Amino acid sequence: MIVIIDYGVGNLASVKNALDKLGVESKISSDTYVIKNAKALILPGVGAAGQGMKNLKKLGLDKVIVEEIKKGKPFLGICLGMQLLFENSEEGKIKCLGILQGEVKKFKKLRKVPQIGWNQVDINKDSKLFSNIDNKSYFYFVNSFYCLPKDKKTVAGLTDYGETFASIVIKKNITGVQFHPEKSGCVGFKLLENFVKGVRNVS
Amino acid sequence: MLAKRIVPCLDMTKGRVVKGIQFINFRDAGDPVKLAKKYSDEGADELVFLDITATVENRDILLDVVRKTAKVVTIPFSVGGGIRTVEDMRMILRAGADKVSVNTGAFKNPKLISNCAKEFGNQCVVLSLDAKKVGTNRWNVFINGGGTDTGMSAIDWAKKAVKLGVGEILLTSIDTDGTKQGFNIELTKKVSKEVSVPIIASGGAGKLEDFVDIFKKGKADAALAASLFHFGQLTIEDLKDYLSNKGISIRS
Repeated sequence: MIVIIDYGVGNLASVKNALDKLGVESKISSDTYVIKNAKALILPGVGAAGQGMKNLKKLGLDKVIVEEIKKGKPFLGICLGMQLLFENSEEGKIKCLGILQGEVKKFKKLRKVPQIGWNQVDINKDSKLFSNIDNKSYFYFVNSFYCLPKDKKTVAGLTDYGETFASIVIKKNITGVQFHPEKSGCVGFKLLENFVKGVRNVS
Repeated sequence: MLAKRIVPCLDMTKGRVVKGIQFINFRDAGDPVKLAKKYSDEGADELVFLDITATVENRDILLDVVRKTAKVVTIPFSVGGGIRTVEDMRMILRAGADKVSVNTGAFKNPKLISNCAKEFGNQCVVLSLDAKKVGTNRWNVFINGGGTDTGMSAIDWAKKAVKLGVGEILLTSIDTDGTKQGFNIELTKKVSKEVSVPIIASGGAGKLEDFVDIFKKGKADAALAASLFHFGQLTIEDLKDYLSNKGISIRS
């Protein structure tokens, strides 16, 4: 069972719908017991960082997420869910989960902010996550902020929006994507399917 | 590079898609969920739903359509019509929409924008702005489905709304809506220049060239059309091929 973590913000249904379409069993939950017993976790996107962290803390999920990731549980952070993995965010000047080193910065306004729409990802790492996905495929982005990982080796995909930023990070059991795979048509579904296959191989 | 977006729009009332001309004379255009799936499969980049009656009784029908649509499409979609509170917005997002557009409710209560942006993030708050020309170089904001002139300049409202926290503007020209005579390039270009957020141009798409013009001359980030797609005059595939050949960055 893959658990989509419910922390009161954002579009959880779309991730669930995408997994349903792939025939993958999943559940939306904020229950720590359910989260601890999940085979894999997805922290979805959409929302403001400050509110997101506040809600995670209120639900007592911040610690649980960190623990589960440290245990090696496959984890996928989508959009805000990727950003919250880092140490701190310029959005609301807050401390995040701090599982990955680095920070979350706002776009410098070289282009319109937020970035909304389909942009290309330059894949620069070999990973099963990218099976049957062409380099420079278009994915759907909605973001004003982006992650600046300290460890450049974790960067698996880059995207250009006036400035080049890390659109995918991979570190051991952790995957973070800045775009919304659940909203990125066939190619996004392929990426989710590849993540799920990885989960099956772990368990 | 960020691609320009092609956005089919589904104006709805009582669970059916309808299409009017200059905001009146509506005709039936089909089942919203079926149409949404069709456009998603055909390569649309995004979908816009607008509940044009937006009464309390219609809210449940709308939420049902949103839930069903979310299950069948693989691209983002926004939903608008009658949004008055943060709770209205939460319900629609929870039903599976990616963004919510605000119009009259936000004009009457601008705090709605800042409250929603704070709660859900700027990127899922879309300002739906209906503008009509009232003089040389002057467009006013019209609310209540285009029925009421607010007296406020469309450009001033766009700027204010961005300051309050909208992440995108769906800009409809009442003058060109449904006429198929081309988008309102003058208005779109002006608003696009004045604000820092993406603009979805709406109203007046009639032929392939209109889309080239609104991207190149009108500086739009996305272009919306309804009847053109609903009644089969143009397919999304043909439109995208055409734009690609004209050197416009499009998701293939």
